[in-house]
Amino acid sequence: MITALVTIIILAALAGVATVATAGAPKEISLADRIDALLPQTQCRRCTFAGCRPYAEAIAQGAADINQCPPGGERTAKALARLMGVPPKPVGKEFGVVPDSPAVAFIEEDACIGCTKCIQACPVDAIVGASRHMHTVIAADCTGCELCIPPCPVDCIVMRPAPAVVR
Amino acid sequence: MTARELLAGGLRIEAHKQRSTKAPIRAASLTERYVIPLDQHSGLPAVPLVKPSDRVRMWQPIAQPAPGISAWLHSPVSGEVIAIEPRPAPHRLGAPTLSIVIANDGRDRRFENAAAIVSFEQISPNEACEHIARGGIVGLGGAAFPTANKLESSLCENGPQLLLNGAECEPYISCDEVLMRERAEDIVFGARALLHALCSPNCTIAIEDDVPEAQAALRQAVDKAADPRIRIKVVPAIYPAGGERQLIATVFDAEVPHDGLPADIGVVCQNVGTAAAIARWIRDGQPLVSRIVTVTGDGVSEAGNWETRIGTPFSSLIADCGGYTERMSRLIMGGSMMGTSLAHDDLPVVKATNCIIAASALDLQPRGLEMPCIRCGNCSQVCPAFLLPQQLHWYLQPFDSDQLARHGLLDCIECGCCDYVCPSQIPLAERFREAKPLLARELDAHLSADAARARFVARNERLARLEAEHRAKLAQKRRPKNEPTS
Repeated sequence: MITALVTIIILAALAGVATVATAGAPKEISLADRIDALLPQTQCRRCTFAGCRPYAEAIAQGAADINQCPPGGERTAKALARLMGVPPKPVGKEFGVVPDSPAVAFIEEDACIGCTKCIQACPVDAIVGASRHMHTVIAADCTGCELCIPPCPVDCIVMRPAPAVVR
Repeated sequence: MTARELLAGGLRIEAHKQRSTKAPIRAASLTERYVIPLDQHSGLPAVPLVKPSDRVRMWQPIAQPAPGISAWLHSPVSGEVIAIEPRPAPHRLGAPTLSIVIANDGRDRRFENAAAIVSFEQISPNEACEHIARGGIVGLGGAAFPTANKLESSLCENGPQLLLNGAECEPYISCDEVLMRERAEDIVFGARALLHALCSPNCTIAIEDDVPEAQAALRQAVDKAADPRIRIKVVPAIYPAGGERQLIATVFDAEVPHDGLPADIGVVCQNVGTAAAIARWIRDGQPLVSRIVTVTGDGVSEAGNWETRIGTPFSSLIADCGGYTERMSRLIMGGSMMGTSLAHDDLPVVKATNCIIAASALDLQPRGLEMPCIRCGNCSQVCPAFLLPQQLHWYLQPFDSDQLARHGLLDCIECGCCDYVCPSQIPLAERFREAKPLLARELDAHLSADAARARFVARNERLARLEAEHRAKLAQKRRPKNEPTS
């Protein structure tokens, strides 16, 4: 009887130690981090915030709804609804049209005057070029946010279907 | 882990090969037109070197590889290019794909390619790889991966071990078996060429234990070559023993990492048919313009193996076999386990066409009505990739990409063993085949989202730093000016 009790006490103590040991140095994953992980990282600002991360923080604080991300479409809206424990709803029309297929920006290089305005507008550094030299979009890095289109003074940027990934 | 444990799962199934192996290899009849799809190999489509109304000779290069992974294409006959246009292709399940169409003038006038190399040991390994690429050689086991690309990516310090895959495990297909029976010397010649190109120390030719004639012929050829580097290894005839990863596990007792390639453990695997094609190119100067195709099944009068030029329509091969019987019900390219159904036979033979089955209801019983999964676990016992098909099936509806990735959907080799044993008749392998590209695309999207996030963060930090530096500079500029007055 006593042996059994002692054994149980020892085991309980060991289990406690083990729990503390494994729980040591916890890495805090905030709600905003988890929301951010579900967003497509297009950084297009169609949600009215200054990028995916600010939108994620706004949702976490209850300052934004889960249906403000057109590039993420229905999938993202559903995933956000599940994470936040709210009923899913379609992407709000006021935030823009959900694209059918991914697109990337393309600079018509003959028309480019090298003004660097698009380079400054690109949120993910996907455009290369220098002042008064031709610019070009790195298609693999372009998120298709379209933020480079309005600043272009000669309208030489068009959206094209994203190149297929060869595996 | 022992070899037997590694080749866990799998099935002993009826091989159905006797029908097509009775007669020796015969030459398929020539036809008027040959259709050569530009994308018949893995990787990028080849780029045409000819234009409509050009005259071409037999064995002339008609398309060159695109940069990256791609392969040369050669004309199987002499004649005239009549079109370069989309044509239905078997590897695209009958969807049209850009193809070169050649009208045969029936004269077989030859194009003089670079002289045949009598002694390939005279050229350097790099030149040998380059030479193999120029022959349009691709893997003839089914995937049609360009051989030169595979060799280049497998080069390692001491040379990888070479494995020649003669384990033709899939039912109905017998093109490799008859090749080993009748052209064992070509295989051994090709093996020696590959050993040289790879600087490889040894070569293992794997063959199943249920093909004694092929084994005997191969043994004779290996003995005749008297090359101590080449050995034969007999493996049990279990489906899918001939899968690349499964065969490597059986032969070398080592497992290829699930996200890696055989080259990562110092092995390179080639089909025996590929080795024979290399021999014909190096020794005889004949590029890959023909291959052996098994035509079998209860739906044709006379089954057999045919030396067929690439681009020959399936219908012509069927006619060579005496046409369809009245029992014919389904046309399949490939074997009965992994093959794909085709709607019609107006399709060209491509480099990957190893077998055409004209199946009757006797060959392939129609699948019964699908019923719910009863979680019996039979599928996970036969899965040769150590997956849990019942769990994967569970996570497909609704599509749970995290769990599918965690349960290794992308490691599924689509062998169909799980389908075969499923008591509820669930088409598991078909579902997995459809889901794999979706999951791969989603994982790619995750990776690019992570990269975009990192660049966005880096840019914001850079802008903040530049702004701070700018302010500091401004403050410094102002101070000396203001000092005298203050």
